[in-house]
Amino acid sequence: MALEIREPDGRRRVQRTVTVLRSPSDCYSAWRDFARLPSFMDSLESVTVDPTSGRSHWKVKAPAGQSVEWDAEVVEDVPGSFLSWRSLPGADPANSGEVVIREAPGGRGTEVTIALSYEPPLGEVGRIAAKLLGEEPAMQLDEDIVRFKEMMETGRIPTTAGQPNGRNRPSVAKRGAA
Amino acid sequence: MRAVCWTGRHQVEVRDVPDPVIIDGRDAIVRVTSTAICGSDLHMYDGYIPSMRAGDILGHEFMGEVVEVGNEVKNLRPGDRVVVPFAIACGDCAPCRRSEFSLCENTNPSTRALAGLNGFTSAGLFGYSHLYGGYAGGQAEYVRVPYADVGPHVVPGGLRDEQVLFLTDIFPTGYMAAENCAIKPGDVVAIWGAGPVGLFAALSASMLGAERTIVIDRVPERLRMAREHCHAETINFDETEDVVEALKEMTGGRGPDGVIDAVGMEAHPSGLSGLYDKAKQTVRMQTDRPTALRQAIQACSPGGVVSIPGVYAGFIDSMPLGAAFAKGLTFRMGQTHVHRYVGPLMREIEAGNVDPGFLVTHRLPLASAPDAYRTFRDKQDGCIKVVLDPAA
Ligand SMILES: NC(=O)c1ccc[n+]([C@@H]2O[C@H](COP(=O)([O-])OP(=O)(O)OC[C@H]3O[C@@H](n4cnc5c(N)ncnc54)[C@H](O)[C@@H]3O)[C@@H](O)[C@H]2O)c1
Ligand SMILES: [Zn+2]
Ligand SMILES: [Zn+2]
Repeated sequence: MALEIREPDGRRRVQRTVTVLRSPSDCYSAWRDFARLPSFMDSLESVTVDPTSGRSHWKVKAPAGQSVEWDAEVVEDVPGSFLSWRSLPGADPANSGEVVIREAPGGRGTEVTIALSYEPPLGEVGRIAAKLLGEEPAMQLDEDIVRFKEMMETGRIPTTAGQPNGRNRPSVAKRGAA
Repeated sequence: MRAVCWTGRHQVEVRDVPDPVIIDGRDAIVRVTSTAICGSDLHMYDGYIPSMRAGDILGHEFMGEVVEVGNEVKNLRPGDRVVVPFAIACGDCAPCRRSEFSLCENTNPSTRALAGLNGFTSAGLFGYSHLYGGYAGGQAEYVRVPYADVGPHVVPGGLRDEQVLFLTDIFPTGYMAAENCAIKPGDVVAIWGAGPVGLFAALSASMLGAERTIVIDRVPERLRMAREHCHAETINFDETEDVVEALKEMTGGRGPDGVIDAVGMEAHPSGLSGLYDKAKQTVRMQTDRPTALRQAIQACSPGGVVSIPGVYAGFIDSMPLGAAFAKGLTFRMGQTHVHRYVGPLMREIEAGNVDPGFLVTHRLPLASAPDAYRTFRDKQDGCIKVVLDPAA
């Protein structure tokens, strides 16, 4: 389970580490390409990046009629080992993230630590956003990081959606029985 | 199509359900020609595996003909006849690269539940509860096989279904259980349970060079099969005062060098501690009933190996850990890494060195599943292994 820390000022920080059987540079590239994050971060609808400014626009999955989005900028970028970003003024809740990447010992791939922080929401929008980002951000991050590993190692997320089951289905009489 | 569905404790029903379709590029759809009922299915039938939902399709021992493949599956073609390992493995993660396929980290869609229970996730399994991914099983006319570029193994022409069907689970499971005993010349291996797993463990132990094998059960026809087909000696625990002492006497006072628990968490009472377990499990003070395991630990020779293919799902108590410690025992256990064994054991079958078909006592139409589960569980009618035929 991801580590969840609640700072005295109400800020929440969640952190989780996973080992991925891919190179540090592959793992780094996957995070650096913000547009790809929604493929494994379930609460995100989309992230678009402005090619000139490098700023990104983040959109959270929200019920029809509501929109939760903000802009962010990269704070520090050390290719292959570290990446951090933070939301620009006006975002509610203000939030930031960082990814630490290091080679795992003995050919075990790459250890990836992801940490996300959220300021306490300021207004109604922020409260909705905080909800949509996960009432339990630690649990959300747990699932996201498993999906990240699955995407990196197999190029997909395992699923059973769309498989048959026998719920509310008729019983079949034995052949030959009345 | 028709499929065997779990509908509640001690209830299965054959229901009319939609046909499976390709969901992912690495899927295949297999038309099932033979599918077996396993002792593991009984743990779900008896309600000891949590997270089952009424309507779940059962079955993890199945084989058949590939009818469709996803666009990323290059090793199979429609028309191929395949056996499919019961564990679903991605082939790409660290455990898969080490050939520890049942520990695959990427095929279980419900990682959180299992990690909450066990600390970590493990591979998805066909028809084996939502803790193991909730994949629809193969006791059906058709089945979706995910990661089909890794699991299914093509069957060479000329072999009948019954000769190769058990490569999906119980033959590799018995084999791995015996292999885990690290058998040396002169070793005696004792096996608790003369069900399909125990019988294949006995057979495999002698394939791997055990001097003698001793099988413990109380069902006469199972013990007879152990003697007649698996080169084993037998002990009927209902007719034996003290199984541990009997084993010592049979092994020059040394005790067996390897002991295999092929019974698992629903052991029948054997001796006093068995009654204690039954009572505790009934009031749910412990989830599993480790009667056979305790006896195996007690009987094992100092320096020996305790190999546990029998399934445990939760908590047990009063384990003689002191005895295990004092004797310096080694424990090996887990779901079988089936993929590892299918090829090598298939070659043994092809060469005519072994024919697993001896095990089948009942071949029935799929529609008879409700009766078949009961007959197998209650060991009625000489039932040792049921194979269901979806086409009948
Ligand atoms: N590890 C794996 O991957 C794997 C794979 C398949 C099956 N299994 C497990 O292996 C176990 C056996 O499977 P099976 O298909 O042979 O089941 P089964 O139910 O047919 O056989 C169990 C046998 O154990 C006997 N038994 C019960 N209590 C005993 C006791 N106290 N002492 C000695 N024998 C006793 C029963 O009479 C029965 O013959 C089950 O727990 C099953 O879930 C594990
Ligand atoms: Zn099985
Ligand atoms: Zn894997």
